[in-house]
Amino acid sequence: MIMIEAVDKWYGQLQVLSECSASIDQGEVVVVCGPSGSGKSTLIKCINGLEEFQKGQITVDREPIKSASTNIYKLRSKVGMVFQNFELYPHLTSIENITLAPMKVLKRSREECVQRARKLLQQVGLSAHGEKYPSQLSGGQQQRVAIARSLAMDPIVMLFDEPTSALDPEMINEVLDVMVDLAKSGMTMVVVTHEMGFAQRVGSRVIFMDAGKIVEDRKCPDFFSNPNSDRAKAFLSKIVKH
Amino acid sequence: MSSFDWTVITRNVPWLWAGMQLTLLLTALAVVGGITVGVLVAICRLSSWKPLSLLAKIYVDLFRSIPLVLAVFWFYFMVPIITGQPVGPFYSIVIAFTFFEGAYFSEIVRAGIQGVRRGQLSAALATGLTHFQAILHVVLPQAVRSMYPLLVTRSIIIFQDTSLAFVVGLTDFLTSANIIANREGRPIEIYCFVALVYFVVCYAAELGLDRTTKRVTR
Repeated sequence: MIMIEAVDKWYGQLQVLSECSASIDQGEVVVVCGPSGSGKSTLIKCINGLEEFQKGQITVDREPIKSASTNIYKLRSKVGMVFQNFELYPHLTSIENITLAPMKVLKRSREECVQRARKLLQQVGLSAHGEKYPSQLSGGQQQRVAIARSLAMDPIVMLFDEPTSALDPEMINEVLDVMVDLAKSGMTMVVVTHEMGFAQRVGSRVIFMDAGKIVEDRKCPDFFSNPNSDRAKAFLSKIVKH
Repeated sequence: MSSFDWTVITRNVPWLWAGMQLTLLLTALAVVGGITVGVLVAICRLSSWKPLSLLAKIYVDLFRSIPLVLAVFWFYFMVPIITGQPVGPFYSIVIAFTFFEGAYFSEIVRAGIQGVRRGQLSAALATGLTHFQAILHVVLPQAVRSMYPLLVTRSIIIFQDTSLAFVVGLTDFLTSANIIANREGRPIEIYCFVALVYFVVCYAAELGLDRTTKRVTR
């Protein structure tokens, strides 16, 4: 479903991605991990064209990102994305946050979208919070609304950019639970996270990155039981220790 | 005080009110037109397409470095030449104000848009909204909160600047007062009154701004 082929990216002189290649099949849950600054977030932002890359190609649902004939807006509407800082629209209620894109992009009627939004809020356990503004919700609740907002577009794949990194420890699980449910329902997911418990529970594969390169791309249990590279071993020993 | 004749004001209220109506109309059109142009220019200015943003920058720099009265003259004489037909003093001054104030408003709008967290735009784009939709529905409504006081302040300045209407022969509030002062030979009474009216309107607007700012920028 997603093909990443030899992607290189520079910020001026600084190369942030080099020769990144990977493919993600339908229904897979791929966890991307690695130390800070290794290019994880940058890589998944390339998948929906939020970040440009200079070399290589990424194909989503057989459509190449870097192509004059590709409508990038249409492509993005099929790819959901959840951000570290939630990025709910502060001037809109939960329901309005969720219905904005389906109404404007898919041109669905307001009634249809609101009905769908209520179902999605129920799915993420927030039925009672539809009329609230983001500032009235906790971080965990905001992130669950953000997940519902992405799901409202009926995405074929969901990208998560460190979805629990900005959360208090108590709220991490309520978000992870929603993500686990989503994974079990068969959603294709690419998740940048340090939550190795999540990776072990539902991950199909782990992509380990360091210094802009994909160092390992392994089936989930193998990666944890028997990492190939010294860099991954060092990384795992550090995060498992605590 | 006995040498002052304040009835000159009450006697001429209909004239003054007619002038004030034109002043208010010009202000309203200049504010609406200016903000519309300002938003469009700001979006162009922030475009990642270099030629467009450069063009917007030249526009802003140009209008901000000429006197308003020159812009008014310029449109008064140029618009008929470009369009091939006379547009009259009213439309030419409305157009002049719209383009001139558009340059100032665009800088206010640009700063407001840039003040909104970058992630908001990313989030909106990620859902498939176009750049324009994302700015319109997600970024601008948030930017208004920081822009509001500056927009109102600029509008108050426009209210005062519409007194330039006399240079193209329109009778705004100040011009009507001027005519009456000359006709009646009572400039001091009239100009005191005019100053008072400008002060009251502008000061009331400032007070209104103070009162509403908290609500808008919450």
